[in-house]
Amino acid sequence: MPDVNPVAFVVLAALALGGAVMTVLTRNVVHAAFWLLEVLVATAGLYLVLSAEFIALVQLMVYAGAVSVLVLFVIMLTLRRREDSVRTRDLSWPVAAMSAVLAVAIAYVTRALPVPAPERAAQPDVAAFGHALFTRWVLPFEIASGILLVALVGAVWWAGRGEEL
Amino acid sequence: MSPLLSILVRALLALLLMLANGVVLIYMLRKVLGHLHLRIGPNRVGPFGALQTSMDVVKLLTKEDFIPSAADKWLFRLAPYMVFVPSFMAYAALVLGPKAAFSGLDTGLLYVFAVLALVPMGVMMAGWASNSKWSLIGGMRAAAQQISYEVPLLLSVLPIVMTAGSMSLAAIVKSQTGYALGFIPRWNVLSPQIVGFGLFMIAALAELNQTPFDMSEAESELISGFANEYSGMRFGLLFLSEFSNSFIISALAATLFFGGWLVPGIDPASPVMVWLGPAVLLLKTYVGIFVLMWIRGTLPRIRIDQMLALGWKALIPASLVWLMLTGVIVRAVS
Repeated sequence: MPDVNPVAFVVLAALALGGAVMTVLTRNVVHAAFWLLEVLVATAGLYLVLSAEFIALVQLMVYAGAVSVLVLFVIMLTLRRREDSVRTRDLSWPVAAMSAVLAVAIAYVTRALPVPAPERAAQPDVAAFGHALFTRWVLPFEIASGILLVALVGAVWWAGRGEEL
Repeated sequence: MSPLLSILVRALLALLLMLANGVVLIYMLRKVLGHLHLRIGPNRVGPFGALQTSMDVVKLLTKEDFIPSAADKWLFRLAPYMVFVPSFMAYAALVLGPKAAFSGLDTGLLYVFAVLALVPMGVMMAGWASNSKWSLIGGMRAAAQQISYEVPLLLSVLPIVMTAGSMSLAAIVKSQTGYALGFIPRWNVLSPQIVGFGLFMIAALAELNQTPFDMSEAESELISGFANEYSGMRFGLLFLSEFSNSFIISALAATLFFGGWLVPGIDPASPVMVWLGPAVLLLKTYVGIFVLMWIRGTLPRIRIDQMLALGWKALIPASLVWLMLTGVIVRAVS
């Protein structure tokens, strides 16, 4: 795609990958959560470089704004002592192997997909995006929101088990 | 002007507005709260104490920059910027007048909320990094409160997006031109959307950590909350962003509900609006901030569990119902 600024893309991609590596390697769980936040913000930047303005803002609001705060909340509320936030580095080889297999699998599957031709005319504004979401793609959209709602209710039920809801 | 230079100039102007707003608001807060408390407020430096803030800035700049030895040093240094940068970024979406905007974002409204959603992260970072119980509790409270009130805040502005048919702040202002019955301006606050304004106002008070929802820095229990261990200019940055957030939310309220830069009786296309528009928007914004301070000087603080219950059990259902009603009305009218 000719319109993607290569410098911005490389910088953001490096930030996202570097942040992901740091999330895994840092010994402090609270620092890991903040590195995760950095990854999520860099990903929003990548969407913006790809002209997906709406997705970038939603990524910023939902993942960087809400999900990482919840991650931090869980970490800070479950730590009994502050010193517990620093752990010895635990390199789990089975997990590393599984991640590697998954990465190879994703690379293999996506390699087979055709690269979409760049269509400049098809860069939708938000109104067109919303229109498409609620007409052509309304069924997948509603299924996804149904699943999220079920997960939400399930989580509340689980957390409040034994008590009146 | 080259595009890069133009961007730099705009960013610099936004920064100037933010700094000037900070200086003005500190003075205004102390004077307004003073008079509400039947005190005088600052009155020694300059006429009516007007130069007090500039002296305070000098004091903040020259104060020792202290970092507690047990603090998490990197996060402690980073946190003020984590609070300051999103707040500064939010200015990009503001539309000051017909020809005065920092950028012409199509998704301006969403953008403001998306960048302001990052502020709680900085607050939590400050609270955690300070390694003090007061800071940590203050940070956690602030984050819990902002997360729960972001939902009703967003839901309360969605009806405006529906009636205006756009998320661009310029288009929302345009949708409020004209008069109902020939003389009432079509501002959203003078329409049934006054319900949405009420919801917005309550959610905004919580989002801004303002009384009656200011338990994140409840002085009587938490000293000054997440900013407790900060001093010098780091403390200054934390406070500057707090004042700047008040300005942004108040400017948003003026734009969404009070016709933005529109003046009743003056044609929005007339050339006089080019300079009158921004002045009027600033006036509306500062009236909004004055009301915020008035509430702050009047109401007592509620408990954290009460305010979380209010958010999740009252405000969110109410905004959802109002959203649906507006949807039906918009559909029926069009």
